[in-house]
Amino acid sequence: MSEAIEKTTLIGKSITKPDAPDKSNGRTRYINDMVLPRMLIGKIKRSDRAHAKVLSIDTSKAAAVPGIQAIVTADDTPMVGVGVTKDNPPLKKDIVLSMRDELVAVAGETEEAVDKALALIEIEYEDLPAIFDPAEALEEGAHQMHDDKPGNLSLGYQTVHGDIKQAEKDSDHVLDEVYDVHYVTHVCMGPGCVIADFDTHGKLTMYTQTQYPYNYKMDLAPSLGMHPGDIRVIQPPVGGAFGSKLDVYPFEPIAVFLAKKTRRPVKVIFSREEEFSASPTRQPARFHIRAGVKNDGTLTFRDVDALLNNGSHTSWGATTPFVMMRTFTGHFRVPDVEFRSRAAYTNMPYAGSFRGYGNVQATYVTATVMDKLAEAVNMDPISFRLMNAQKAGEITPQNSKLEECLLGECIETVAEKTNFLEQYNAFKAEQDSPGRYKKGIGIATSFHNAGGAKIHKSDGCGTVIMLDDYARATVITGASEIGQGIDAVLTQIVAEELGIPTENITLVNNDSAIGPWDVGVHASRTTFIAGNSAKRAARKARDQILDAAAQRSNVAADDLDLRGGSVVQNDNGVPVMKIDSLLRKMHFAGEDAELVITHDYYEPPSEPEGDNHVGDISAAYSHGAYVAEVTVDTWTGVVKLNKMTAVQDVGRVVNKLGIEGQMEGGIAFGIGYGLTEEMIIEGGEIKNPNFRDYKVMTAPEAPELEFHFIENDDPDGPFGAKGIAELPTIIPAPAIANAVYNAIGIRFNNPPLTPEKVARAIVDKQAAKVAAE
Amino acid sequence: MSQMVNIIVTVNGEKRHVSVTPGLSVLNMLRDNLDLTGAKLVCGEGECGACTVIVDGVSVNSCLMYAVELDGREVTTVEGLQSSEKLDPVQQAFVDKGAIQCGYCTPGMVMQTTHLLSKNGKPNDEEIRRGLEGNVCRCTGYTKIIEAVNQAAEG
Ligand code: FES
Ligand code: FES
Repeated sequence: MSEAIEKTTLIGKSITKPDAPDKSNGRTRYINDMVLPRMLIGKIKRSDRAHAKVLSIDTSKAAAVPGIQAIVTADDTPMVGVGVTKDNPPLKKDIVLSMRDELVAVAGETEEAVDKALALIEIEYEDLPAIFDPAEALEEGAHQMHDDKPGNLSLGYQTVHGDIKQAEKDSDHVLDEVYDVHYVTHVCMGPGCVIADFDTHGKLTMYTQTQYPYNYKMDLAPSLGMHPGDIRVIQPPVGGAFGSKLDVYPFEPIAVFLAKKTRRPVKVIFSREEEFSASPTRQPARFHIRAGVKNDGTLTFRDVDALLNNGSHTSWGATTPFVMMRTFTGHFRVPDVEFRSRAAYTNMPYAGSFRGYGNVQATYVTATVMDKLAEAVNMDPISFRLMNAQKAGEITPQNSKLEECLLGECIETVAEKTNFLEQYNAFKAEQDSPGRYKKGIGIATSFHNAGGAKIHKSDGCGTVIMLDDYARATVITGASEIGQGIDAVLTQIVAEELGIPTENITLVNNDSAIGPWDVGVHASRTTFIAGNSAKRAARKARDQILDAAAQRSNVAADDLDLRGGSVVQNDNGVPVMKIDSLLRKMHFAGEDAELVITHDYYEPPSEPEGDNHVGDISAAYSHGAYVAEVTVDTWTGVVKLNKMTAVQDVGRVVNKLGIEGQMEGGIAFGIGYGLTEEMIIEGGEIKNPNFRDYKVMTAPEAPELEFHFIENDDPDGPFGAKGIAELPTIIPAPAIANAVYNAIGIRFNNPPLTPEKVARAIVDKQAAKVAAE
Repeated sequence: MSQMVNIIVTVNGEKRHVSVTPGLSVLNMLRDNLDLTGAKLVCGEGECGACTVIVDGVSVNSCLMYAVELDGREVTTVEGLQSSEKLDPVQQAFVDKGAIQCGYCTPGMVMQTTHLLSKNGKPNDEEIRRGLEGNVCRCTGYTKIIEAVNQAAEG
C-alpha cells in the first residue's frame, strides 16, 4: 500500500477563482458579448421630462427606418408593474414621472438602425409641476404621483422600544442633528444587458445579469402575463452587480415584449449614460437624529426620523430602513430607541439595493454621532465606544441575538494596532496651529447580519453533488456568482469534505432549470447559507463513500477519512483504497449498484420579523472596527486617505484570497461614498452620467490597507465562517469623516467630503473665527 | 450605407483583411467583425481603459481609435498574449494574486500592464499606480492588481 497521507486543510488557504484563467485571457463570454442566431438589438426611448402628460407618441417615421422589426409602447403590454411594490409598469402610458421613464422600445437588425429610429420618434408632452424634494412631496396638496398612494407616501417603517421621553430626561447631554446622505450608484463595469428568447412552445429563456434567479421568475412573470414556470433564467458571466441586479427593472420585460413581437431573440444593452441614469442608485436620506448621553458616558436614547426620497417608482431602496433600524437599535447599547422612516414619491430617480444596504447610510450617522457624544462628555472615542459596546449574550431591542459579539475586541485591536489615542491627541493639539497639511485619525465601527437575513419566506439555498466514475465532482448550487467569489468558496468547502483536489470540481450555477432554489446574492449571505448547504450535501456524499469503503475493507466508517483522493485510515493516514476505484466498484455492483448523488436544502435558524420589526433575522451577526488616517490639504480641501486599518470579525476565513478581495473592494466603495462619488441631479436630470464627472477610485488613490481578521468560529457557520461582503463597505466614510474632524475640527453631516465642500467649510470656519475676534 | 474601406491589419500575429465603415472604432471592429470580445465596451469615451489593446507596441483605448487608422499596423489584444497553452505571465499573475473578481476590467488591465512592463521592466509602486491610472476596476480596490503587476515584473 502506498504512503500515508497527512491530514491537511484547505480552509483558510488562498485558492484562486476557478473562472479567473478564462477571464484573464478574454475567453469568458459575458452576457454583453453574447450573440444568438437572428438576434435583434433593442433600445428604449425614455422621457426627457421629469413630470409630464404624454399627449401623443408618433412612431411612424421610426417604423420606416430600414432594419426596424418592432416598436412597442405601453398599449402593447399588460401594464402590470415590476419592482418591490409593483408600481412600475415597464412602459409608461399617459404620464411620465421621471427622466428615466420608459416610453417606447424599438428592435432592429443593427444598433445604427435602432438609434436612427429612436431619434425619429416624436413625443408631445405637457409639463406638470415636478417635485424633487421628499418633504415637499409629503406636503398637503402636493401633486399625487400614483393614484393608489395617497399623500405620495411609498413605504414607511417604525420600530419603538422603551421610553425615550424618560430616557431624554435622564440624559445630561442631548445631541440634535440633521444629516443628508446623497445619491451614489453602483457603476458596474458591465453595462446593463438582457437577452430574451422564446422557444417554439412559447417558453421564455432570459439571459440576464440577475443576482436572484429564482424569485426573478416570480417577479418578472406578472409583467409579461406569463406563468413563472414558463421562464428559464440563464446567468452568463456579468461585469459586476453589487446589489444592482436584485430586482426586475423595466428594460427586462421590455426585451421580452420585443422578442415576443418579433419571434426573435432580442438583446437590450445599456449605454454608459443609461447605466448611470437608468440603473438604480443607493438610497439617499435625510436623518433627524436626537441622541442622549449621561456624564458618565452611558448612552441613554436614540430617536431617529428618516425621510427617504423614493423617486418615481419603488425598488429596494425604499426598504433600506429595514437594515437602517437594526443599526440604530443595535451595535451600541441603547435600550430606549425609536426609529421612523417615510419614503416619499418624487420625480427623481429611484434607488435599489446596494452593497451595505441601508447600513452605509445609517452608520455614517451613528459612527459620527458616537464621536460627537464622546466629545460632549469629554471622553476619548475609544473608551466611549468600549464602554457602550454590546457584548456576547446581549440581545438588541429588535431581538438580534448576539451569541458571539467581538465588537469590543475589534475596537481594542484596531486602537492598539494604529496607536490610536496617541495619534488622535497629537493631531487634535495641532488643529489650530499654522500649516497647510493637517493629519487626522478616526474610528468607526459596524454591525451587520452575517448569517443571512430572513426577509423572504425562505432564506435557504439548495445544492446537488454528483460524483462520476473518476471522482470528479459536479456541484450544482443555487448560489449565483457575480464576481464575488462564491465559486472558489464552494469548491473549497466541497474539496475539503471529499478529500479531492479543487481542480476535480466543476461548479454549475447559472441555469434555473438545473440549479436548486436560492433566495439570491444579497445580505452577505452566500458564504454562510450556500456554504452550509454545500457542506451538508458534501457531508452526505462523504458518508456514503465512507460506508461503501467500510463494507469493502476491514475498517469501520468512523475510522476512515478522505484525503488526497484516497480513503485512508483516520489515525495513521494509510490509504485503504482510491476514491475513484471505489466509486467504480459502487457503480458497477450489479443489483447493489449505486451512484453518489446527494442533495441538501439549508434553511438557516433565523426568524422573520414580527410586530414592531422584532425578530432574530440572521443566524449570525458580525462587527468590525476600522481606523482611517488622513491628511487634509487646508488650501485645496483635498482629503487624502493614507491608510485604513480594518479589524473584522469573520468567524473563520474560508478563502483568504477571496476575503481579502471582498475587503479591499468593499472598502473602495466606502471610500467613494465618503470622498468622491456623488450623482449630481438637477431638475430630475443626472448631470454627471460618465466616469469623468462621477469620480470612482483609480489606482493612484488606493490607500494602504492593513487587515486583522478576528477568527472565532461561528457555531452555525460553515467551518465557523460568517458572511462579510457588505461589512467593509459600511465603515470607511464615517471613519474618514471622524478623521477629518480630528484634523481640522469640522464636521460634515453631508457626505461626500469633496475638496470644494471641505475647502468651503475651512474658509467659513476661518471667517467665523476672524469675526469672533 | 456609408462607404466601406478595406484595410489590412495584423491582429494577434495574423494578417486580416477587414472591410470597415469610416466611423467604426477599433473596439467594435475587434468585437463585431473579428469576434475578439476580450476588449470591453464600458464607457466608449476613453475614460475607463476596459477596451485597451496594443497598437504597434503602444497601449490605446480602442474605443477612441478608428479602425481605418489600423491599415498596415499591428494590433495585440488580450486573446493574443499567450504563446502557448499556458497563460502569459501577466495573465497568470492576475489569476494568482486574486486580481480578478468580475473580470470585466481584466482584459484592459492585462494589456495596460503588458504595455507598462514593456516600457519599464521594474516599475516602482508609484509608477505602477500611475501606469494604471486610466483603467477603472470597480471590484478589487486595486490592491491585488498592483500585486499582480509586481509579480509579473518579477516574473
Ligand atoms: S471603453 Fe474605451 S476607455 Fe472605456
Ligand atoms: S474585477 Fe470587476 S471591474 Fe475589475
